[in-house]
Amino acid sequence: MATDELRPPLPTPIDRTQPFWNALREHTVKIQYSPSSDQWVFYPRSHAPLTLQTDLEWREISGEGTLYTYTIARRPTAPDFAGEQPQIIAVVELDEGPRLTSTLVNVAEDQISVGMRVRPWFEDVPGTETTLLRYEPAT
Amino acid sequence: MGLRGEAAIVGIAEWKPERRPTAPPMFTLEQWAELTREALDDAGIDPSEVDGICCTNIRESDSFVPSTITEYLGLQVNFAEVVDLGGASCAAMVWRAAAAIELGLCNVVVIAAPSWPSPRPPNPPSGPSSWRYGASSANYGSPQAEFDIPYGNVAQNCGYAQIAMKYGAEYGYDAEALAKIAVDQRVSANHNPAAVFHNVPITVEDVLNSPVISDPIHMLEIVMPCVGGAAIVVAGKDVARRSKHRPAWISGFGERVLHKTPTYAEDLLSTALIPAADQAFAIAGRSREEVDLISVYDCYTITVLMTIEDAGFCPRGEGQPFVREHDLSFKGDFPCNTHGGQLGFGQAGLAGGMSHITEGARQVMRRGEDHQVPDADVAFITGNGGLMSEQVALILEGD
Repeated sequence: MATDELRPPLPTPIDRTQPFWNALREHTVKIQYSPSSDQWVFYPRSHAPLTLQTDLEWREISGEGTLYTYTIARRPTAPDFAGEQPQIIAVVELDEGPRLTSTLVNVAEDQISVGMRVRPWFEDVPGTETTLLRYEPAT
Repeated sequence: MGLRGEAAIVGIAEWKPERRPTAPPMFTLEQWAELTREALDDAGIDPSEVDGICCTNIRESDSFVPSTITEYLGLQVNFAEVVDLGGASCAAMVWRAAAAIELGLCNVVVIAAPSWPSPRPPNPPSGPSSWRYGASSANYGSPQAEFDIPYGNVAQNCGYAQIAMKYGAEYGYDAEALAKIAVDQRVSANHNPAAVFHNVPITVEDVLNSPVISDPIHMLEIVMPCVGGAAIVVAGKDVARRSKHRPAWISGFGERVLHKTPTYAEDLLSTALIPAADQAFAIAGRSREEVDLISVYDCYTITVLMTIEDAGFCPRGEGQPFVREHDLSFKGDFPCNTHGGQLGFGQAGLAGGMSHITEGARQVMRRGEDHQVPDADVAFITGNGGLMSEQVALILEGD
């Protein structure tokens, strides 16, 4: 029981965000776009930020981007993440503009630098219907 | 827009921060009552004169918080404010109290930050605490629950480390300069008997040799969680004039609230403090050169560095050489966090943010004792909530 409690928490999608998670399950990335303001939006919302227009539509993107910033957590950021160290917790700036939270995988610590190109690495979480969007170096 | 500077901090109560409580737990309402009594005693004001309160959440009630407090304390108030801005809450309460007083709504406002442990219920509810992920909400439908928490982007160390990493990528990272902030503030803590690290000097080497918790932040660059509590009394001109101490007039303020998680910042290196500080100086009619000391939120050393820059005491990107060139201790040429800062004094929950206000007021009141800045007249104060994204700036002045 204690082991179950300490597993990293998984997302619980809501109706509004389900298309994002469905796309990840197919190893693609879809985010919202607001034609009226020519604005890409992440995370998924009911209204476009700032303009508050409701014309958001889902569009597939490559998911590629650059590393905006990161840290390497040497201690668990919450008890659930014990045993996951080091966690390379990243902020990725998508080529379309929005940023998202992720973790970097398949990279040596001394090869990480702010501004590096990164691409999606889809993790199908075993025993679940969830796919997480992690990132790895693009080269 | 602005204040006339006709409301002042006139009374202070502050419990010495402790890493492990040496006294029994107390309910939040009991802490409110005791802190209020001590702060009013300090000012020489009778409880019957209180006609305003500012508070945050209390353990005993999830809602209707102000009336729960006024009922318990037997107060009847014209101004009852709940503020939810994390570490910026207390600073945000100070200007709200001053504004309410200058509007004529009230005359004596108590602001309390009870941060002492409460007794545990005999049958505690099961399940994880709501603070399991720090400030990140795991509630159903919360954007953090869905898009940040699953990747471990929770609590404070991670976000501040990401900010520090971005700062380094933009301006270069001088780890010794960052460490010096903790060292200089520790000098002040060593002269403050109330500080949790009163008797523990440190060096730059100590800081850099302490474990890296989240790159590039070392353990000694992070506040020490404590228990404690604090309260202040803000009063209008007439009451302030007959109070016991030299009043610390609230002459300027600014507030700016942006995002919650750094991932979604428009520009992680352009903090909410820039407009907040500009507004505070404009309202007070003061220049940066007129400031005698700063008392600024210091959950991490990077917070202080970016605060010095974004408040306008040096150009952006030049904070590291600025810190190297100045002595930040109470006896230095740029006194910063003369009580030791939360890094040296201890962070007793919300009372940690209040400590920057009590210290700024104490200095202006000339009650700094062993760590008094000579002739202190103008103090610049900040409160910082979340991840540099909720900022309040205050200016306090003597007569």
